[in-house]
Amino acid sequence: MLKCAAALAAALLTALPLHAQDSAPQPAAVAPDQVTSFTLDNGLQVVVIEDHRAPVVTHMVWYRAGSADETAGRSGVAHFLEHLLFKGTDTLAPGEFSKTVAANGGNDNAFTSYDQTAYFQNVAADRLGLMMKMEADRMVNLRLDEGDIATERQVIIEERNMRVENDPSALMREQMSAAMFMNSRYGVPIIGWRPEMETLDLAAAYDFYHRNYAPNNAIVIVAGDVTPDEVHRLAEQYYGPLPPNPELDAERIRPQEPPQLAERRLSMSDPRVAQPYVMRRYLAPERDAGDQRAAAALTLLAQVLSGGQTSVLTRALQFDSQTAIYTSAWYNGTSYDDTDFGLVVVPAPGVTLEQAEAQMDEVLARFLSDGVDEEQLDRIKFQLRAEAIYERDNVSSLARRYGDALTSGLTIDDIHDWPQILQQVTPEEIVAAARSLFDPSQAVTGYLMPARDAPASGQPVSLPASKEVTQ
Amino acid sequence: MKPFLAAAFALFVASPALAEMQIQQVDTPGGFHAWLAQEDSIPFTSLEIRFRGGTSLDAPGKEGAINLMTGLLEEGAGEMDSAAFAEASESLAASYRYRASTDSIAVSAQFLTENRDEAVDLLRQSLIEPRFDDDAIERVRQQVLSGIASDAKDPDAIASHAFDSLVFGDHPYARASDGIIDSVTALTRADLIAAHQAAMTRDRVYISAAGDISADELSALIDNLLADLPESGAALPPDMQVSTTAGVTVVPFETPQSVAIFGHEGITRDDPDFFAAYVLNTILGGGGFEARLMNEVREKRGLTYGVYSYLMPMDHAELYVGRVASANDRIAEAVSVIRDEWAKMAQSGVTQAELTQAQTYLTGAYPLRFDGNGPIARILVGMQMDGLTPDYVLTRNDKIEALTLDEVNRVASRILKPEALRFVVIGQPEGLEETPG
Repeated sequence: MLKCAAALAAALLTALPLHAQDSAPQPAAVAPDQVTSFTLDNGLQVVVIEDHRAPVVTHMVWYRAGSADETAGRSGVAHFLEHLLFKGTDTLAPGEFSKTVAANGGNDNAFTSYDQTAYFQNVAADRLGLMMKMEADRMVNLRLDEGDIATERQVIIEERNMRVENDPSALMREQMSAAMFMNSRYGVPIIGWRPEMETLDLAAAYDFYHRNYAPNNAIVIVAGDVTPDEVHRLAEQYYGPLPPNPELDAERIRPQEPPQLAERRLSMSDPRVAQPYVMRRYLAPERDAGDQRAAAALTLLAQVLSGGQTSVLTRALQFDSQTAIYTSAWYNGTSYDDTDFGLVVVPAPGVTLEQAEAQMDEVLARFLSDGVDEEQLDRIKFQLRAEAIYERDNVSSLARRYGDALTSGLTIDDIHDWPQILQQVTPEEIVAAARSLFDPSQAVTGYLMPARDAPASGQPVSLPASKEVTQ
Repeated sequence: MKPFLAAAFALFVASPALAEMQIQQVDTPGGFHAWLAQEDSIPFTSLEIRFRGGTSLDAPGKEGAINLMTGLLEEGAGEMDSAAFAEASESLAASYRYRASTDSIAVSAQFLTENRDEAVDLLRQSLIEPRFDDDAIERVRQQVLSGIASDAKDPDAIASHAFDSLVFGDHPYARASDGIIDSVTALTRADLIAAHQAAMTRDRVYISAAGDISADELSALIDNLLADLPESGAALPPDMQVSTTAGVTVVPFETPQSVAIFGHEGITRDDPDFFAAYVLNTILGGGGFEARLMNEVREKRGLTYGVYSYLMPMDHAELYVGRVASANDRIAEAVSVIRDEWAKMAQSGVTQAELTQAQTYLTGAYPLRFDGNGPIARILVGMQMDGLTPDYVLTRNDKIEALTLDEVNRVASRILKPEALRFVVIGQPEGLEETPG
C-alpha cells in the first residue's frame, strides 16, 4: 500500500459527508485494566494495551504535531515530512525502514491529520524491539537531500490530484472548511494548497521536523501480545536515551477561530458532479480534558439525527417525505481546537437544493420543539455499550483511538470516562446542545452542483443574497 | 471487474503462528456444512455467509436486480416493515451487512452472546422472508440510480467499466454489478422476488463463524437460519478465456489526473503455478515500496502516488491487472515505465534476493491477517469458496517457502504477457498513442 494512503483517508474522513462512518459514535473505551501508561524521564509517554489472543503487536508513534501546527505559507509540510520520514537516517538508507519491516514479516504506514502525525507497524510481537529501535532513530536522525525532496514533492502533488483535484466533492469540502475556519488552521487542507505544496523545500521540512519531533512531543502506543514490564524495558532501552526538546514544553499555541457572527454561503459547480447536494456546517466545541459533557451531547445529537434508519433526518426525509436519497449528520469531538458539526442532504430527483435545505431546516426546527425520542436514545446508548464489547476485537483500532485522543489534548482518564459520560447525557442536554448549535448566523452552507447549464436535479439553484462566497 | 475489492484476494489464507487456533468443521442435521473458530474471550460472534453466483446471475435485461434485491434484505421482513426491522436490530446492537458482488452475495453478521437467539431470528427473517415493500423498493432504487449516475462521472468507476467491457465482451462479467439506469428503472417487485429465489439457495451457500459460540450452538443456529432457503437457483454463467492485445485505449474525460487500469489474462486459483505467480506479483506490483513498479514509477520518478498490480482469479475467468494514476502530462511516462517493467520481468524474471525477500515478507505477514473474529470468519469462508481444506492454514507458508528461483522465473515467462498488456486510460492523457483493442 501507499505510504499514508488509507490512513490519511481516515484522517480526512471527518470532512467527508458521504461516508457512513461519519455519524458513527465515539465507541466506548476499553476496560481500563487492559491499559497501562507510563512516562519516561525524557517526557515520552507510553501506553500499553494488552491483547494476548495472537502473538502480534501494533507499535505506533504519535507526534503532537499535525497540519494545524504548520507555519502560514507552508501548508502541507506536516504531511510532506511524514512521507520524507521513510527516506534515510544516519544509519538507514532511503527505503530501508519499510524494507526492514517487510523483511520481518510486518507492514508499516503513517498518516497525518490536523492535530497529529502517526507512524505505525504491525508485526510479530517478538520484533517489537527492532521497531522501537528504528522509530527512535528517525525521531532524531533524519537525513534528507534535495533529490528526496524533488521526487517526493511530485508524489504528494499526485496524491493531491488523486484525493482532491479529481473529485469535486473533495474540492467542495476544502472550500467549505476554508469558509468555516477563517483563522484556525483547520481551514487549510491537511495535504496543503497546491501552490504552497509546490514551494515546499528541504528547509521547510527540516524546520517542521526539528520543531516538533522529539520524545517529549511524542506518544508511543503498543497494543497486542505484550506485557507492560516488557514494553517498559524496551522503551527505556531505545527511546530512553533520546534528548527532549526543551522548547517544546510550552502548550501548543495556535490561532483560534473567533465567534462567527454572519452566515456564510457557498456554491460550487463542476461538470463532474452527477449528484448535487447541500451541506451545512456549524462551529462546535470539542472534547476538553476534564470537560467532555458538551461534546458528549453533540456526539449523541449526531446519532439521534442520523445514526441508522430510525434517526430523525433519515425518517423524515428518506422515509416519510422521500425527498432525500441520503442524509447524514456528523460530529467528531476528538480535536485539539474547536471543531465542527456537519449535516448533508442529497435530494431526490426533482427536488431542488433550496427545497432540500428548507426541508432540512424544518426537520431540525421540529426536532427542537419535539425533543428526543427516548426509546431511540435508549437504543443508541445500548449500542454504545455493545461497542465496548465489539471493539475489543480490534486492538489496532483501539490503539488509534488512544493515540488520537492523547494527541488532541485529552488524558487517559478522559478516554476512560468518556463511555460513562455518554451514558449520562439526558434528552434535555441533547436538545439544549442542538439549540445553541443551530444558530443561522453561525452556519456555513454549501451547494455542490453540476455545470450550470446542466442541472441534474430540478431547477437551477439560486442563492439568497446573504454573505456569499461563490466558487 | 472490481479492481479495488479484488485486493482482498490476498486474504484467502490463515496463520501458522496461530496453530493453536482450531478450525472445527460443523455438519448440521439439516445438511449444512460450516467452519468454526471458537474463541470465548469476547462475548460476541461474527458470522459470515456467502452465496456463490452474485450479480453474474442477473437475467438478461434485469441487470441490477440482484444488487437491488440484496440492498432490500434489511428493508423489512416478516411482520416488520423497514422501520420496525431497523428498530429491532438497533435494540439488539446487532449488525447485519448484505453485499452483492460479481461472484457472490455476502452476508456479514455480528451479534452479542447475550441476545444471540433474537439476533439470529431477525437475520433469518431478512434472508428468508424479505418483504420488498413498494416504498422501500423506490427508496433504495433511487439510491442505486444515484450511485450509477455518480459512477458515470467518476474516473475510477469509468475505468473499471471500460476495462470490463473490453476484456469480458459478451460475458455477464462485462455488465455493471449495479445495473444500468434503464434496467434498474424498469425492475419490478416480481423481478426482485425472482432474483432472491435465483441467488440465495442452499446448494451454493458457504458458512463460517468465529467467536463466542460452540459447534453445537452453531449447528442449531445454522439449521434454524437457513433451512427454509430454496434448494437451488439460476444456472451459473459459463467460463470464458480473456483475450487482449497490447496497446492503449483512451476514454476522454475532463479531469486533471488520468487513471489507467491495465492487464491481461491471469491464472486460476487452483493452478499448480498459482503460488509462484502470487509471489512473482508481490515482487512486481505488490503495494509495498520494495515492489518494482512502486520503486520505478513512484520512488525513482515521482510519477504517481500509487501503482500496483494483482492476480484476480474469478469463478469463470482470470485476470492479471493493475492500476496507476498520474497527471495528464505524466501518464504517458508512467505507462511506458510499467510496460518496460512488465516486459523485463517476463524476459529476465526475478533475482534470488527479491524472491527471498518476498518469501520472508509473505510468510511473516501471515499471522497479521488474523486480527479478530470478523477477519477470521471472513478468511474461513473465503477458504471454503476456494475449495481449500482447513489444514491449508498449516501448509500455506511451506508452499511459499518451497518455491525455487527456477520455478518462479518459469512462471514469469508463462503468466506475464507484454504482447497482451492493454491499458485503458481515463482522462486527457498527453502523448499517449491510442491503439485499437
